[in-house]
Amino acid sequence: MIFDWKFAWQIAPTLGEALVVTVQATVLGMLIAMSLGLALAVARRSRSRLVSWPIALFIEFTRSTPLLVQIYFLFYVLPAAGVRFSPLATGIVALGVHYSAYCSEVYRAGIEGIPKGQWEAATALNLSRWHLWRDIVVPQAIPPVVPALGNYLVAMFKDTPLLSAITVLEVLQTAKIIGSETFRYVEPLTITGALFLVLSLGSATLIRRVEKWLKVRGA
Amino acid sequence: MSAPFDLIPPLLGGLWVTLQIAVGAALVAAGAALLAGLGKLSPYRAIRWPAVAYIEVFRGTSALVQLFWFYFVLPFFGLELSAMTAGILVLGLNTGAYGAEVVRGAIQAVPPGQCEAAAALSLSPAQTMQRIVLPQAVVAMLPPAGNLMIETLKNTALVSLITITDLTFIAQILRADTLRTEEIFTMVLIMYFLVALLITVSMRLLERKVSGGLDHGGIR
Repeated sequence: MIFDWKFAWQIAPTLGEALVVTVQATVLGMLIAMSLGLALAVARRSRSRLVSWPIALFIEFTRSTPLLVQIYFLFYVLPAAGVRFSPLATGIVALGVHYSAYCSEVYRAGIEGIPKGQWEAATALNLSRWHLWRDIVVPQAIPPVVPALGNYLVAMFKDTPLLSAITVLEVLQTAKIIGSETFRYVEPLTITGALFLVLSLGSATLIRRVEKWLKVRGA
Repeated sequence: MSAPFDLIPPLLGGLWVTLQIAVGAALVAAGAALLAGLGKLSPYRAIRWPAVAYIEVFRGTSALVQLFWFYFVLPFFGLELSAMTAGILVLGLNTGAYGAEVVRGAIQAVPPGQCEAAAALSLSPAQTMQRIVLPQAVVAMLPPAGNLMIETLKNTALVSLITITDLTFIAQILRADTLRTEEIFTMVLIMYFLVALLITVSMRLLERKVSGGLDHGGIR
């Protein structure tokens, strides 16, 4: 049995539609990951151990346990807690929380890369903590770590097929359904793989461009 | 045993399968990473290009898609893999592609003077690699290798989707039987966390042991 191009063209639009869901999950998941990640990174630097230790434990725990199990956990436990999310929304939250732990480490590197003098100058100018973070630290910490965040965006994109385990109709799940209906797995699964390859290689190139652009700007 | 500890014995069976897959995949990954990492540095295109293609394909696509492809598509080409073989092979090859970049980076970080000195001593290229470059590069490979091992452990959960009875699969079965969802998944998450912690600690010990022979910070 070889690759049937006619069949491949026939199913391509269906897979293309499913790709929209995949991209949607990636973008929304990344928005959660970037904002929650920043909050975690700032909270981890809290002077109170009562805050910094639980946050550090949360980050470590989230980073070293499987995303799939975390997805199941939210999928089954949220409804029991009275939160009624669609499978897609649950999946987006799971992706966002999982990658927020990684993003927080990225931000941490960015924050630690800021020269000490900046903190001291802010203290000397009598800036409040809020102004220190909003106007001094965050604007300097984020540009250098944009490429690293981009890499996690690609990683998250490649993890979206895990949402198929909780019945989200993204690309992989759609490919599997086509496979089970037609008994042809070669075309749908190969196209799925090719879609991921093209999109992640494409975004990797884009990230390298951004990296160069940031360097030129002197960030 | 009282709740929730009565769940531990059935889960341990799944944990055992998970560990077997993780170790198997780590071995495949180590071999693949070394071959592809060295291959990418080869002066011959015939070796370099396949290595680059392998690295890009396995890093550019999703691990779960790769797993399904090996499990569902390869039989159509006459290659029937058991779920266990497909799981170990795919997870190993996936991690190996990331590991290849680690190997390449570590080898390139060995100071060029080392290779020049080896050439001056008229060691063959193979001897230089084996006796001079690799022993020094390994020290730089270990910390990222530890991270990759934790990634592999986490990825083993994916094999539950091709019917392997690993820790995640057993958790699903137990959930269907007992409906004690929160307890089961909390327990499972803690188990994965403890194994990851074990990997971190043992890699630290190994790093200390391996870097012991170096008289200075070396290539770090």
